[in-house]
Amino acid sequence: MNHDEIRELLHAYADDELDLVSAREIKQHLQSCHDCRQATEQIRALSEALTSDAPAYRVPAHLRRNIRAALRREAKETERSFSPWMIFATGAACALVLFAFVFSQTRTSSGNAVVDQVIANHVRSLLAMHLVDVASSDQHTVKPWFDGKVDFAPDVHDFAMSGFPLIGGRLDYLNGKTAVALVYQRNKHPINIFILPASGAGDRSPTSSARRGYNIVSWTHREMNYWAVSDLNETELRNFVALLTQ
Amino acid sequence: MFRLTESPRLGEFEREVLPHLDAAYNLARFLMRNDQDAEDVVQEASLRAFRFFENFRGENSRAWFLKIVRNTSFTALKKNRPEEMNVVFDEELHGAQTPTMDPGAAIDRVQDRQTVRAAIEQLPIEFREVVTLRELEGASYKEIADVAGVPIGTVMSRLARARNQLQTILSKTK
Repeated sequence: MNHDEIRELLHAYADDELDLVSAREIKQHLQSCHDCRQATEQIRALSEALTSDAPAYRVPAHLRRNIRAALRREAKETERSFSPWMIFATGAACALVLFAFVFSQTRTSSGNAVVDQVIANHVRSLLAMHLVDVASSDQHTVKPWFDGKVDFAPDVHDFAMSGFPLIGGRLDYLNGKTAVALVYQRNKHPINIFILPASGAGDRSPTSSARRGYNIVSWTHREMNYWAVSDLNETELRNFVALLTQ
Repeated sequence: MFRLTESPRLGEFEREVLPHLDAAYNLARFLMRNDQDAEDVVQEASLRAFRFFENFRGENSRAWFLKIVRNTSFTALKKNRPEEMNVVFDEELHGAQTPTMDPGAAIDRVQDRQTVRAAIEQLPIEFREVVTLRELEGASYKEIADVAGVPIGTVMSRLARARNQLQTILSKTK
């Protein structure tokens, strides 16, 4: 290679993009050619000047969050369109919400009204494909997620070893207050646990009820009201509540 | 009956592609030259990448994703700011001879971040692209050629001219 040909390749040489043979040839040329040596040094100096103060932009946190949320929606939509079960389930859930709404309008007892809300919330969480705000089977991820979002700290434990894995948590609205919803799963059955503070109330042992195909277990423990709701059978739901209240 | 676990495709996408979100935003930001347009481009490109993810053959996820970001940026610019795209770079027209840097324009001090960003933004879009990918993302010539859709020889000559212009711009800001 002559001087002009080498001149053409100095950028590639400085960028370590040349094959070994050409690189060796240029290296030899640089020892005898002051101009080329200076040009190579300038290329490297420019690279250093460009990167010394980290001028690269970094993705803003809100954009990263938005993208992850949009991807999750997209993933759910594509999956739903492939599953006839999903379409059926959505239709059934729609009917249930409508039913729950009409039903709750006709209720007067406040205890029953809360139970109706619990069911409606449970169904809505499945319907809107909005089961969890924080998806994690790690109780140390789920519990701190609620910090600053509610004014109480819920107990969060994973029961995967007993067949009730923790799926995540979500904020919900119950009885006019912001409630914690923890989501567990038994085989294919989602279980919502709703938690609200019950200041001054004494402990109340779990009682079961059934409403429109859903089983509900409610109890009060250490000034907290709990509702467990699922389409799981009553025996298994009671077993799960026994784990929770241990 | 309900799928509670996250989709495996999404999980794989999050592992393979999302680590390159910073690089994607950096490229889009230098191509679009403002925050809002860069955010729109990266959001759209991420969704497009996810939809085309099954076509990804697992070679180089960064170059694959950046190519989508680059094409999304160029489409947005052609549509909304066509005047910026009128600069067509004919490699022959600009001369086959690689320009050499002006020795008098040596950069002898560390440049601050804003100066460097502003200098890069003054370059024509084809130059911004190669400089961002090479200098800020450390991409290889092969990767840049894949992302920009040009031969490696073109990458080399564009990079040489881009650096030459940058050198001139930065030496004036001293």
